[in-house]
Amino acid sequence: MGQFLQQLINGIQIGSIYALIALGYTMVYGIVRLINFAHADIFMVGAYMGFFLAPVMARVFGGAFIPTIIAAMLITGLLGFIMEKLAYRPLRYKSRLSALITALGVSLFLENFCALPFVFTPAFRKFPDLIVARNIPIPGNLGLNISNVLLLDVGVSVILMVLLFWFVNKTLIGKQMRAVAFDKPTASLMGINIDVVISTAFIVGPALAGAGGILYGTTYGMLASPFLGIWPGLKAFIAAVLGGIGNIPGAVLGAYIMGISEAFATSVNSNLGYGIAFAILIGILLVRPSGLLGKFMPEKV
Amino acid sequence: MLLEVKNIDVFYGSIRALKGVSFSVEKGEIVSIIGANGAGKSTTLRAISGILRATSGSIIYDGHDITHTPPHLIARMGISQVPEGRGIFGNLTVQENLDVALSSVKDKKTAGPNQDKVFSLFPRLKERRHQISGTLSGGEQQMLAVGRGLMQNNPFMLLDEPSMGLSPVLVEEIFGIILEINRLGKTILLVEQNAFKALSIAHRGYVLETGSLVLSGTARELRDNPDVKKAYLGG
Repeated sequence: MGQFLQQLINGIQIGSIYALIALGYTMVYGIVRLINFAHADIFMVGAYMGFFLAPVMARVFGGAFIPTIIAAMLITGLLGFIMEKLAYRPLRYKSRLSALITALGVSLFLENFCALPFVFTPAFRKFPDLIVARNIPIPGNLGLNISNVLLLDVGVSVILMVLLFWFVNKTLIGKQMRAVAFDKPTASLMGINIDVVISTAFIVGPALAGAGGILYGTTYGMLASPFLGIWPGLKAFIAAVLGGIGNIPGAVLGAYIMGISEAFATSVNSNLGYGIAFAILIGILLVRPSGLLGKFMPEKV
Repeated sequence: MLLEVKNIDVFYGSIRALKGVSFSVEKGEIVSIIGANGAGKSTTLRAISGILRATSGSIIYDGHDITHTPPHLIARMGISQVPEGRGIFGNLTVQENLDVALSSVKDKKTAGPNQDKVFSLFPRLKERRHQISGTLSGGEQQMLAVGRGLMQNNPFMLLDEPSMGLSPVLVEEIFGIILEINRLGKTILLVEQNAFKALSIAHRGYVLETGSLVLSGTARELRDNPDVKKAYLGG
């Protein structure tokens, strides 16, 4: 029982980080029908921003966590904005395959550029302690191991997700985003500037991934290399597909399913954690090709 | 002259959908373009609203050349288009559909009274305001599409096949509302396959055939024209 609960809790923790990444994939796909493969690398840049900025923030503000996560979100949001403007906008009305290949190119560029000796270097880094990790005693004798880092991961993710839901559902720009996702020409007839809406999706999604990067660094305490985004990015992408790509609640649901199944699989065998992602993906796509919450949308002619 | 279309060509790929089309709309008029399916009626409206680009010729609205203006700016300059097939945002609620129409409105203070006007024209929309619009009936969706256009509070409205897919009772109702909107001071350019209904409410009309305007006149002249009668009014 204790073991079961422990894995469930671990799964929710890692699922929270996947959710922050998956939201960016799904938002961008929903609006421009592009799988932004470079999104995983934006997450990586977010994590490195934590490494570089935390000491500065600690000196300037005293506490490091909040200013660091805000700064990382601003920087990754800016990176997303620039990426769309330079790489994807010129291809907006070209074949979708061109944009997809470009996304792969941007991803490889970010990884290898960041690995250069004068950028982040490929070296292993110890992530600074943004908060002092502490175990929280749980009454009862289940032997649960819950740390304040876990609460931080889940808490920050939930706060950001609630903010995102509010933004998308209640603000004018959020409604505009959903209108643009549904029908671009008609959205422009409403007076909506499509460029502004697309840029917004490319700022908000990457900012969430940046926050995910900070939580990732805080949780694992290390940054392996500028290629560290690949696996979490892939799993978050699968989570978005699992939930129904383009669907925001779907991405969150998919991410938690992914995190929890991974935690259970890893507790059986540490290599199984990777395999389970693809097993789930194949299983779901066989039964529901549009994902759990996705609607089947025939291509418009 | 509120709108002047001068000699425009519009292409779909290599197909010339409009061939040197010219016409005009005066302030306060209801002008109707009638023609068969595929004649280029919707293409004409889309060229005016900026969704399609005229490759030659020009479109002048209220003294401004809007031939190359992007659609969201044309909407902000005073032209609302109610697109063919309604084009409502099916993933949004009725209220949210009306809200996004305000994207073209500078003075958001007018939104409240304007929404009251829309709801008094279409009480049905008020009842259903929190419903996901994709689940509305065809008639309700058409009302939402027109209501959304009215939310923009623009002086000039382009209506693309508002009667399409509606029952005869609803067709009567929607044409009554178009007349009412015109009486409230809006200029209307109406594109219709239902030539009889369109010419019964319009002041003037044009007949479009395979991308060219072949006839023009007052609605009465067109109704009495033997060719128009034969081709579009069922003898």
